[in-house]
Amino acid sequence: MKPLDPRLLRYAKATRAHLAVVVVLGLCTAALVIVQAELLSRGIARVVDGGNRGALTSILTGLALVIAGRMVIAWFHDSSAQRSAARIKSQLRSQLVARAASLGPDATATRTEVATLTTRGVDALDGYFGQYLPQLVLAVIVPVAVMVRLLAADVTAVVIIVITLPLIPVFMILVGRATEASNAKRWEALARLSHHFLDVVSGLQTLKVFGRAKAQAESVRHTTDRYRVSTMATLRIAFLSSLVLELLATLSVALVAVSIGLRLVDGGLDLRTGLLVIILAPEAYLPLRQVGARYHAAADGIAAADRAFTILEAPLPANGAVTDVPDLRDGGAVSIVGVVVTHPGRPAPAPAATDLTATLGEIVVITGPSGAGKTTLLSVLLGARRPDSGMVTISGGGRHVPLSEIDLTAWRAQLAWVDQTPYLFDGTVAENVRLSRPDADDTAVRGALDQCGLASMDADAQVGATGRSLSAGERRRVAMARAVLRDAPLVLLDEPTAGLDADSEREVLQTVQALAARCIVIMVSHRPAAIAIAHQVVEIGTARTTAEEAVPA
Amino acid sequence: MTALRWVLRLGRTGRGRLALAILLGALASGAAIGLAATSAWLISRASQHPPVLHLMVAIVAVRAFGLARGVLRYGERLTGHDASFRTLGDLRVATVARLEQVLPIRTDVEHTALGAGDLLSRSVHDIDSLQDLWVRVVLPYSSAALVGAGAVVLVGVLVPAAGVALAVSLLAAALLAPAVSARAGRLAEARLAPLRAEYRTAVLDLLDGATELAVYGAMPARLEELDRCDNAMTTAEARSAAASGYGAALATLAAGAAVWAGLWFGTDAVRTGALNAVSLAIVVLVPIAVHEVFAGLAPAAHQLPALATAAQRVRDIFQKPPSALEPVTPKLLPAAPFGLRVRDLHARWLLDGPDVLRGVDLEIRPGSQTLIVGPSGSGKSTLAAVLLRLLDPTGGTVELTGSDHATRIDQLAGDDVRRVIGWCAQDAYIFDSTIEANLRLARPEASADELTEALRRARLDSWIASLPGGLQTMVGEHGGHLSGGQRQRLALARTLLADRPIMIFDEPTEHLDEATAAELADDILHATGDATVIVVTHRPELFPTVTTTLRLEQGSLCRAATDDGSR
Repeated sequence: MKPLDPRLLRYAKATRAHLAVVVVLGLCTAALVIVQAELLSRGIARVVDGGNRGALTSILTGLALVIAGRMVIAWFHDSSAQRSAARIKSQLRSQLVARAASLGPDATATRTEVATLTTRGVDALDGYFGQYLPQLVLAVIVPVAVMVRLLAADVTAVVIIVITLPLIPVFMILVGRATEASNAKRWEALARLSHHFLDVVSGLQTLKVFGRAKAQAESVRHTTDRYRVSTMATLRIAFLSSLVLELLATLSVALVAVSIGLRLVDGGLDLRTGLLVIILAPEAYLPLRQVGARYHAAADGIAAADRAFTILEAPLPANGAVTDVPDLRDGGAVSIVGVVVTHPGRPAPAPAATDLTATLGEIVVITGPSGAGKTTLLSVLLGARRPDSGMVTISGGGRHVPLSEIDLTAWRAQLAWVDQTPYLFDGTVAENVRLSRPDADDTAVRGALDQCGLASMDADAQVGATGRSLSAGERRRVAMARAVLRDAPLVLLDEPTAGLDADSEREVLQTVQALAARCIVIMVSHRPAAIAIAHQVVEIGTARTTAEEAVPA
Repeated sequence: MTALRWVLRLGRTGRGRLALAILLGALASGAAIGLAATSAWLISRASQHPPVLHLMVAIVAVRAFGLARGVLRYGERLTGHDASFRTLGDLRVATVARLEQVLPIRTDVEHTALGAGDLLSRSVHDIDSLQDLWVRVVLPYSSAALVGAGAVVLVGVLVPAAGVALAVSLLAAALLAPAVSARAGRLAEARLAPLRAEYRTAVLDLLDGATELAVYGAMPARLEELDRCDNAMTTAEARSAAASGYGAALATLAAGAAVWAGLWFGTDAVRTGALNAVSLAIVVLVPIAVHEVFAGLAPAAHQLPALATAAQRVRDIFQKPPSALEPVTPKLLPAAPFGLRVRDLHARWLLDGPDVLRGVDLEIRPGSQTLIVGPSGSGKSTLAAVLLRLLDPTGGTVELTGSDHATRIDQLAGDDVRRVIGWCAQDAYIFDSTIEANLRLARPEASADELTEALRRARLDSWIASLPGGLQTMVGEHGGHLSGGQRQRLALARTLLADRPIMIFDEPTEHLDEATAAELADDILHATGDATVIVVTHRPELFPTVTTTLRLEQGSLCRAATDDGSR
């Protein structure tokens, strides 16, 4: 990420206001630094020239005011930074969650990663906004202000500063370039080392069982030592940039001091000016020197922001434009022709070249070995995943429209779906059922529950986080009730009876049959009882060799 | 704080280098202060138009200080990093050595007790972060203390009152200001933490159910609800903003006050003749330079609470009692063939919790095949851990029987017991390495033929032959490049290669689909040959040929009620 990433301004509008405040505070700081140097040099010069404290009253008062001013700025700086950061983080968070939620199952970020990014990750930006960014601004404003003041006092000093100051970033960039490759390698090695250690610790239990754990301590020592030796070699060069920085910053101040000293002897300069220059000269370098130190506070935040932008800029799943979906209830059908979905990191596509046509009133059961792509096929029908080749066509009312051309929101209004491991939200049973039709009244919810064999379940019972207080079978039936309440023309069911006993299975399948009277049911199942009620059974991906992949459990 | 001291004691090998780094750091900062002092003196003296020769020493000193700081700082950084890497090595070695003794960690949930993955990965992260304790906290604070003391002496010798003022201001900047910041941070965190947790839960809830929400068109309403949660968090953060600036304000005040006091007391001293007017600039400018060094301490102090928490968590792991105590003088193993005899066994994971196993009696004869079934939470995995001597029972005995005598396993060395009893864990850990390395850890000295044989018996041979990389194929993190079935089979091959006389399989068919599970179950029984096999499972129907079935229910064993012949 660049020092100030334009994406930050784009995604978090509050960054602009923050930047403005930081610039104003930077200007005030620069002014106070100069006034303070002015007062100090004047005061010391006056005393050396034989003045007493009485002559200093105004200077001491002025100095006290400057100090008070700097104190107020320091306070205001930190508290305004926190206020701005809070707003900026909030803006990033909402966009991040909305984006992550719409990215679908192929998203690169896992759910926990997004959750961590929206809390701890984004919070790490505090250091970026509170310390790093203001320091960058100071590193521009203060040297310029100091040099402008010094121009009127001593041109030689300004020349020395003008020559040396730009050398600092130049050398830092040069050394940075030179060590970029080895630095990247070092980070890689460090990451590998951390990973290796984590791997050893995580598997230590297994190693202990095989009697191999005691040998690990030495192996860890060995790996860490090897890393240390190679890293130190890189650091010797990488730290050259800070060597250059410190060397230039102090050496030039020393040069300024000596040159002033010699000119004072000649009488070409008065003491007050000499002191002013020697107090101000280090101030020109100070902000730049501190940028490096502040970067550490910001590094985590920058990394988090980078990751956040990757998610924010990930392309949204393709969406069609047709909002007038063919009426499936009017002699409708869903036909799948040659659909193939490949998965990154898996050699064989799943499903591979699948054909299926389901018409109104039909129950179609999809079977096949695990990993053949049954669940993936359902997610294609859900519009959550685009097939790599092949086509899904939706027909009804005499029209045939490819699913890829249909707007997802409009399409999903036609669907009901029960996942293999249906997700229940923290809340009551009724709230969870009503998710599919928010305006449904209590009677309708009760009816849906009754139909799914949950006649004895209290609709107002809390399901607990992720539905924890219900059994797996109950969770699945609550999700079935959701689908029943939806009253959609297309019902997609993924293993609706897995883990149910024979009685419950019969109940659920009766519900499916009742549903099928006025819609299309496409159901993934292995159960003989489910296959028994099917009008059509489609077996996919029978090649056993490609089917060793695990199902998403 | 005690945890931090404890961590500091753990890192030994880097200590000498750390001391050197502190010294170099102090000298580097000292050079900066020396530069300020000498150039202040040089300029004041020069204004009195002395012969240039009288200034030569000061001019040389100014230049020397100007050169020295960069070079010294470079040395400090290199030495400091070297020390911190060495210390990190120490920490890691100590952690592995300690974990080897305390694993499996006693936790309250049975199935996490044997994995405890989160706890471990967090502690690994904690240890990595503790590296900063040396380079970013101990090093800057120690060298700043040395330099601060030096500067106070320098100023104090010239003007005692100004020296005292400088000392007070430095203490305020180094200790009080960070303490004020930390307090503000703690108060803000206390207000924020519950809101953040609530937000995180809500985000996870939303993302987990994202497909449901999308399919049923409920996403916009959910996002709005989340925004309300976000607003509460943002408001709370803004409310604690005012307090967050107090620390920085205090540090700025301390620095300013020291300079002001230098000018005030210095002027007085010049007037009374106690101070040469030429040295006044030193008394005023040195405090500026020292406070610049001390300003660098704020980030160091800022990290301290997080480091203390990390140190405490690591220490917690170190302070866990070993789940199984090693005997002082272990007895010798009995002679093969081996069996097991369990009498009235009680065991628990939590020291002050209830027993998970309550009076288990069990007899495993050499060469037998036994199923242990029961609902989840009935203590099956706990029983396995006790038999493997990974967990000491709270009551009762486990004896390893041999042809010559029987010995209680708590009188045997744990490693000896595990040379007799092998374990194929429920979610056996697969290392992020090659297939061969994962296999070989069971028996490093195994020949190529033995590897092939173990793979053949686990029915992985044809799959491995089909891989372009063969045995050298990387399996990915946690075996992520393998399917669930392949992972279980790799663990099976590893257990077979270890070739223990007694083998315990813990839920080997978990997470597998019906067909794969049935195949694997069949293969386990065939591949183990004459070995004594104990299978812990909740799917006994997958092992129809095993005639001895024991049912664990609420911590006690009973022979399966069903007659053996019916299955």
